Amino acid sequence: MTIFTPRDENDAATIIADAFGKKTTLSVFGRNTKAALGRPITTDASLSTAGLTGITLYEPAELVISARSGAPVSEVVAALAQNGQELSFEPMDYGPLLGVGGEPTIGAVAALNLSGPRRIMAGAARDSLIGVRFVNGRGEVVKSGGRVMKNVTGLDLVKLMANSWGTLGVLTEVTFKVLPKHERMATLVLRGLDDRHAIDAMSSALGSPFDVTGAAHLPAPDLQGARTLIRLEGFSVSVDYRLTEMRRLLKRFGTGDILEGKAAEALWASVRDATVLGDHDERAIWRVSSGPTRGPDVAAHLAKARDARWFYDWGGGLVWISTPASGDAGAAIIREATREFGGHATLVKAPEALRASIDVLEPQSDAVMALSRGIKTSFDPAGILNPGRMYAGI
Amino acid sequence: MGIAFPQPDQAILARREEILAGLARLVAPEALIVTEDERRAFETDGLTAYRQMPLAVVLPSTTAEVSAVMRFCHENGVKVVPRGAGTSLCGGAIPQQDAIVLGIAKMNRVLHIDFANRTARVEAGITNLAISQAVAYEGFFYAPDPSSQLACTIAGNIAMNSGGAHCLKYGVTTNNLLGVTMVLLDGTVVTLGGEHLDSAGYDLLGLITGSEGQLGIVTEAVVRILRAAEGARPALLGFDSVEDAGACVAAIIGAGIIPVALEYMDRPAIKICEAFAHAGYPLDVEAMLIVEVEGSDAEIDDMLRRIVAIAEPFKPKTVKVSQSEAESAAIWKGRKSAFGATGRVADYICMDGTIPTGQLPQVLKRIDEIAKAHGLGVANVFHAGDGNLHPLVMFDTSKPGEMEKAEIVGEEILKLCVEVGGCLTGEHGVGIEKRDLMTFQFNEADLVQQMRVRGVFDPLWLLNPAKVFPLQGRLAA
Repeated sequence: MTIFTPRDENDAATIIADAFGKKTTLSVFGRNTKAALGRPITTDASLSTAGLTGITLYEPAELVISARSGAPVSEVVAALAQNGQELSFEPMDYGPLLGVGGEPTIGAVAALNLSGPRRIMAGAARDSLIGVRFVNGRGEVVKSGGRVMKNVTGLDLVKLMANSWGTLGVLTEVTFKVLPKHERMATLVLRGLDDRHAIDAMSSALGSPFDVTGAAHLPAPDLQGARTLIRLEGFSVSVDYRLTEMRRLLKRFGTGDILEGKAAEALWASVRDATVLGDHDERAIWRVSSGPTRGPDVAAHLAKARDARWFYDWGGGLVWISTPASGDAGAAIIREATREFGGHATLVKAPEALRASIDVLEPQSDAVMALSRGIKTSFDPAGILNPGRMYAGI
Repeated sequence: MGIAFPQPDQAILARREEILAGLARLVAPEALIVTEDERRAFETDGLTAYRQMPLAVVLPSTTAEVSAVMRFCHENGVKVVPRGAGTSLCGGAIPQQDAIVLGIAKMNRVLHIDFANRTARVEAGITNLAISQAVAYEGFFYAPDPSSQLACTIAGNIAMNSGGAHCLKYGVTTNNLLGVTMVLLDGTVVTLGGEHLDSAGYDLLGLITGSEGQLGIVTEAVVRILRAAEGARPALLGFDSVEDAGACVAAIIGAGIIPVALEYMDRPAIKICEAFAHAGYPLDVEAMLIVEVEGSDAEIDDMLRRIVAIAEPFKPKTVKVSQSEAESAAIWKGRKSAFGATGRVADYICMDGTIPTGQLPQVLKRIDEIAKAHGLGVANVFHAGDGNLHPLVMFDTSKPGEMEKAEIVGEEILKLCVEVGGCLTGEHGVGIEKRDLMTFQFNEADLVQQMRVRGVFDPLWLLNPAKVFPLQGRLAA
């Protein structure tokens, strides 16, 4: 199968305009590290943004960085680190979960709205994404947003491009707002809490004035092994102060201990990338976003019917669930839970046949689906870009 | 008075009685405003130089009423101009003769507060400040704080993606909105988002935020509420030159400090605001920064010490750290009343372009030159941390031709913002005011793609149709 690898934006526009004319469907990806995610599709050809590389603008004092979409995430992260800055939304890496090596691209971070534990404090990728350039399904180069963080000039197509999975256009350049890295990170670890008490503790922490930047709960087969993580970041003096206050605030949940340094970083990386779920061969993995206090309801609902393991990020609002890949991988039960308790569930890992046969993303109301189809057509009238990657027909 | 309105549809004007009768069947009698005297209250918004008398004004009390009115207007080809509190500075809520105004200000209840999940569900006509007031008893607040927060509605905030002085830390509306109930043009009621984070499919919530009432009418919203910091305290830093103030902003951010607010005022603005608010602003400096930090007393002291040390190389002429709540309040009163205080000494138009912060000194110099070339004065008040400028171009309405000059100055300033890599509007919106400048920021492909998306919601250009997109070159249905 032909894989187009455009050298630059114009090249990408020419290739897509040609595909539009010939109605050639294209699988769109960066370095193709996430083929195992989402609805599987079959297309006439592929288009990779891997040839669109390089950081195009970086102004540390303005807290802004632009890169071509095919630039490896690691390159952007390294450039920022040299100036003590970072992508504040802590983009997750699906590689370990999907068992795929290779370098994810910064374009995919935007296209899949990839965020991590700090999402509760710093917003998602879509909140930091302030500008995009892309080629739509007609082969037209379009820009939206820019390099400034306050911008309400015209419709915000940036938000549409974030989490559009390459179905609306091929991103060629993305611009992110960045933030200084914190001087210090410390984690208060509470032990032995069941899910509901853990959510209570995290809600108290997140409802405190102490700027929590991560709140996760890792249940364990024996309750004593369960850990609840409350992360504080900032200048060292401030972290000390807030740790003391946090312990005081949460003392009814136990005294807990403080984790810092490499071990803490590794732990948060395993929360971010969901590897803390443990061995997941032969298992399906779901990612459920709900109201934080609803997280345990969703998990309990599934556990009544199936073997399941799970943990919570985002103070309970993000539940990662591992369940056997057999049958519908729990789809019917999980979707029953999201209908009842609110939120949305994404099947992030499952055998290809299963991903092809059920909705990978949460089904939406008819009215929202109608708008989504209209939007898809407004960018990609011939339906050539990643057709069906998100939903049937989108 | 250079901004054109589309020619009213004579067929609609001719059917006015029939349309009013149709609307009367859908809403309670007191919700329909038809007399000329009463309609006059709705003929303009914060951009008072422009006025248009609407066909009628409808003020529904429920989502069902909004839906019925929208369906009726859709079926009858009647244009709809949505309105919150009418505080738009860009003419976003100015009606047109062949349109009804659909105002949601009566829908102003708090529906549900959920502190554990840190959300508030409200009717969209509630004022911005009322949300904060409703959750204050538990120490919570709603973060975006536009200067008009006492009056402006959350629906209007969503339409304009409003910001405020504290968005450097807390973000703007789009970063604090979790869900909406929205009525589409054909009366369909859709729910987007909810209490959870992020969307399953396309981010329609992100799309409708900042869409200026062109895609639907938001009747309910779920917003994120936050626990307020233990305390907050500002410091004033006065500088001899614009360059020093600009460099100081860059140095603070470069040192890894993100103050909760970082506001800039130039000499004319300082003078005007000090005369009004008696905030203790230094009158002998060219530029002043208000830097506010949050936390416990000790954290605040530590942070302000760091900031003062960072400012040292730029030779600040004034360094004044607020010592009391009263002093802090006075400092903010001066800043927040900048528009009103300016209004006491001159007529003005307020621009809202955003620039890359590194361009500050050059841009301020150019703004001064542009205004002088037209014989007008400018006071600059703005959010320095994010480069969102608010030049107040001052003029005297009683002098013939001055307002036109002010509009030209405003236009040149906005073009300058775009030239240096910024944008036409940071938080006020395009409305009618900047509609015809859109082609300076966007090329045809950019605008056409936006209009195609608009067309998904409103192919016939019935919803707030005179706004945002230049009247020429519009996509037909």
